[in-house]
Amino acid sequence: MSAELIRLTAADTAAKIAAGEVTAVEVAHAHLDRIAAVDERVHSFLQVDADGALAAAEAVDTARASGEKLGPLAGVPLALKDVVVTKGLETTSGSKILKGWIPPYDATITTKMRDAGIVILGKTNMDEFAMGSSTENSAYGATHNPWDLDRTPGGSSGGSSAAVAAFEAPLSIGTDTGGSIRQPAAVTGIVGHKPTYGAVSRRGLIAFSSSLDQAGPFGRTVLDAALLHEVIAGHDPGDSTSLNVPVSQVVAAAREGAQGDLGGLTVGVVRELGGEGYEPGVEAAARETYARLEQMGAKVVEVSCPNFTYALAAYYLIAPSECSSNLARFDSVRYGLRVGDDGVNSLEDVMSLTREAGFGAEVKRRIMIGTYALSSGYYDAYYGQAQKVRTLISRDFAAAFETCDVLVSPATPTVAFRLGERVDDPMAMYAADLCTLPASLAGLPAISVPAGLSEGLPVGLQIMAPALADDRCYRVAAAVEASFGHPLIDDAPELHR
Amino acid sequence: MTTSTLPTYDDVIARYEPVIGLETHVELGTRTKMFCGCSTVFGAEPNTQVCPVCLGLPGSLPVANKAAIEATIRIGLALNCSIAEWCRFARKNYFYPDMPKNYQISQYDEPLCVDGYLDVVVDGQEYRIGIERVHLEEDTGKSLHVGGATGRIHGATHSLVDFNRAGIPLVEIVTKPVPGLGAKAPEVAKAYVTELRNVIRGLGVSDVRMEQGSMRCDVNTSLMPRGGTEWGTRTETKNVNSLRSVERAVRSEMLRQASVLDTGGRIIQETRHFHEDTGVSTSGRSKEEATDYRYFPEPDLAPLAPDPAWVEELRATLPEPPSVRRRRLQDAWGLTDHDMDSIANAGAVELIEATIEAGASSETARKWWLGVLARRANETGVELDALPVTPAQVAALQALVDAGRINDKLARQVLEGVLAGEGDPETVVAARGLEVVSDTGALGAAVDEAIAANPDVAQKIRDGKVAAAGALVGAVMKTTKGQADAKTVRELILERLT
Repeated sequence: MSAELIRLTAADTAAKIAAGEVTAVEVAHAHLDRIAAVDERVHSFLQVDADGALAAAEAVDTARASGEKLGPLAGVPLALKDVVVTKGLETTSGSKILKGWIPPYDATITTKMRDAGIVILGKTNMDEFAMGSSTENSAYGATHNPWDLDRTPGGSSGGSSAAVAAFEAPLSIGTDTGGSIRQPAAVTGIVGHKPTYGAVSRRGLIAFSSSLDQAGPFGRTVLDAALLHEVIAGHDPGDSTSLNVPVSQVVAAAREGAQGDLGGLTVGVVRELGGEGYEPGVEAAARETYARLEQMGAKVVEVSCPNFTYALAAYYLIAPSECSSNLARFDSVRYGLRVGDDGVNSLEDVMSLTREAGFGAEVKRRIMIGTYALSSGYYDAYYGQAQKVRTLISRDFAAAFETCDVLVSPATPTVAFRLGERVDDPMAMYAADLCTLPASLAGLPAISVPAGLSEGLPVGLQIMAPALADDRCYRVAAAVEASFGHPLIDDAPELHR
Repeated sequence: MTTSTLPTYDDVIARYEPVIGLETHVELGTRTKMFCGCSTVFGAEPNTQVCPVCLGLPGSLPVANKAAIEATIRIGLALNCSIAEWCRFARKNYFYPDMPKNYQISQYDEPLCVDGYLDVVVDGQEYRIGIERVHLEEDTGKSLHVGGATGRIHGATHSLVDFNRAGIPLVEIVTKPVPGLGAKAPEVAKAYVTELRNVIRGLGVSDVRMEQGSMRCDVNTSLMPRGGTEWGTRTETKNVNSLRSVERAVRSEMLRQASVLDTGGRIIQETRHFHEDTGVSTSGRSKEEATDYRYFPEPDLAPLAPDPAWVEELRATLPEPPSVRRRRLQDAWGLTDHDMDSIANAGAVELIEATIEAGASSETARKWWLGVLARRANETGVELDALPVTPAQVAALQALVDAGRINDKLARQVLEGVLAGEGDPETVVAARGLEVVSDTGALGAAVDEAIAANPDVAQKIRDGKVAAAGALVGAVMKTTKGQADAKTVRELILERLT
């Protein structure tokens, strides 16, 4: 029974709970058992909240018993990235500096999920403060890719992608600043969507780069991701950058796409997101998927977005600049780690010692880069220039969307790389986000959907759409998924070792 | 530097031209903080008016307070500024333990209001003070240093932080540099801050109390040798906590800089701290290596784009400007320019107006506020309106005088009682038994006694020297401890002896 429950989609799980075929508590137990069985090897979770999960599941069962109408994901378990604050539940953002911090409030999306009856199983591992592409920058150890435990599950939302790929949860939440949902989804063979900037509230997301951060869903199917998307999206008066527009109808779009008819749709293949640095197997898988799109009636054309070439450079100025300011608050004064408070050290000493001990190497590197880029005399040459590039990238998108409905590319240049392979080479690590950065900088929606295998490892197709047209991403993704006949994750080897 | 080397003020003016500039911070009286819903009420228990946003907890986000933006625009309009059609908040990054996020949300190169002016009058001469900018930002928390002798960080064993103030909306009003004031620079500085306070109080957007810190002033001062073309290095004097100190701070800094320059020294660009008790400033943080605040546009807040129609609506809500109002009141009260200037510079316009509204004549209202009360305020180092007496009480006091129930001398004693918190004038009169005795029966005995005790004087009066009656009046006043009505006493004496 348990083994079957964990392999259900979120949509089917909710339907079975609603129909009374299974209780939410049984579903929660099945997943907690799975976590107990495999997480020692995968390490998706930083913290499992069994009590909280079972209480939430019980509440769903009680509500059902009393005849309440349940939401479309009521009783479905979910793994939550540790960058999202949870009232009463330790939230560290993968950093030692927040070890032991218990938030006094819930993020807006946490509240929305609780209200929807979603059962939060625990908090997932991540690169410290969401800075990284492999989850190896976590202060609490790396997460392993369920397809090959010697490889990374991507990052920074690697705990969330691995949890879903390892059947520890049917759904999870990630956050994407430069690709941290799409890249881990791609390399673990699941679906991950970065919504339009402002579509999902950032209130309660521990900020990395405020102008880029967006939370989004992971699922093993496009429909599951869409169902979660509609739960977390929507205007939040508590986030000034939240858009006051109707939620994109992504569930309907996913259902429509699953019909496999893309007639009338023009798909642009971005020339700049390919070639040097891209694995032939990845490019081959992408090309085969473009052919599938054509078979389903789409017109596939090549487009050029010349400024995408500068996305990596611009991103690695903007994100570190904002993070150097966002992370200034971790100073030992009000919460979190405090080092060296011996009555002799000065306040400045205690602040320095705390930040020295509490932040990892990558976080320090980015704080230093950002501090430098914002310095008087360098601002125009670095931060100012990067913002101009950002505008040019947005214009490239605008021009491309004049002729195309969506743009596509591989979601990553390579399949999952090996643990330890890039930890000492920041530039190689940064290159993992080559494909995902342009949509991040332009604030556009983009999804990664499984698009075949290369050397036995999953390849993701990225689908990008104009702002607020998240539904287009889901429609095309669902068509791709349907063209394979079954979710790619079903081909994953059972966890070995 | 020793004070013995200070040149005289006249000497400084003869040789140097001062250039001043003022940066004034005003805490807005909005119900809630700038970026969250916490209360702004002054004086609550430490750290009781806080939330994740104003504590800078991870994940928290600011949401701008519309009432604060409205108040800032109204201040800008009242100061004849242009209102930006589009502007942004910016982060000012620096580490300080009472700053929750280690950056302050402020405005940098895109302030909400720019390029205005405020006219002030000193000794009948009008001066136009240019306003560079008016912008909106959040206040910091307050550090309390414990264990040292002075309450300052030096010598303290530990520090406590109260975040109740963190996030209270703060408006910063920056003047353009003001040259050409000569000897009047200190007075113009004071007149500017006074007038600014009047304008903001008139708008009803802040209680602008310098002693409570809801209005804080930094004074920039530099000296240029007469005939020179380049302005000197400026210093920024902080901790200037009263109107009187604005004037004192400029004057003392002019003297200090002159003495440094006279001895071949160089003015260091620095922050100086003014000491209310001694009237001098001491060196603070050097600004020679300018702090790099790494300003950048605040990504957590949408840009501000005030609708021009809304701005015009706000313009229509502006009250009569204080300078216009003063002219109107001056005419109504029949005062000279000089008298009206004195009232304005003492910050007494509203007080006198309210006293008159409560029934006093303009003459008597002015007499009380600019006389005894102004002296008291000066002696105790508080603003006139911070004295514990209301315009209604002053009017009531004058009414007692006008009714002949107390004389001027007793009135001063009654006022002492009011200031000491003993209640309204009527209450003080009753409690202290200060009413004038004009009851002829009660006074008769005292008069008879005085005549009996001064037979020589009595004889002179009988001989027709009526003027000698003064001596007997004095004697009666003495025995009645000043509570007798002098006019009645005189009548009783003459009645008996002529």
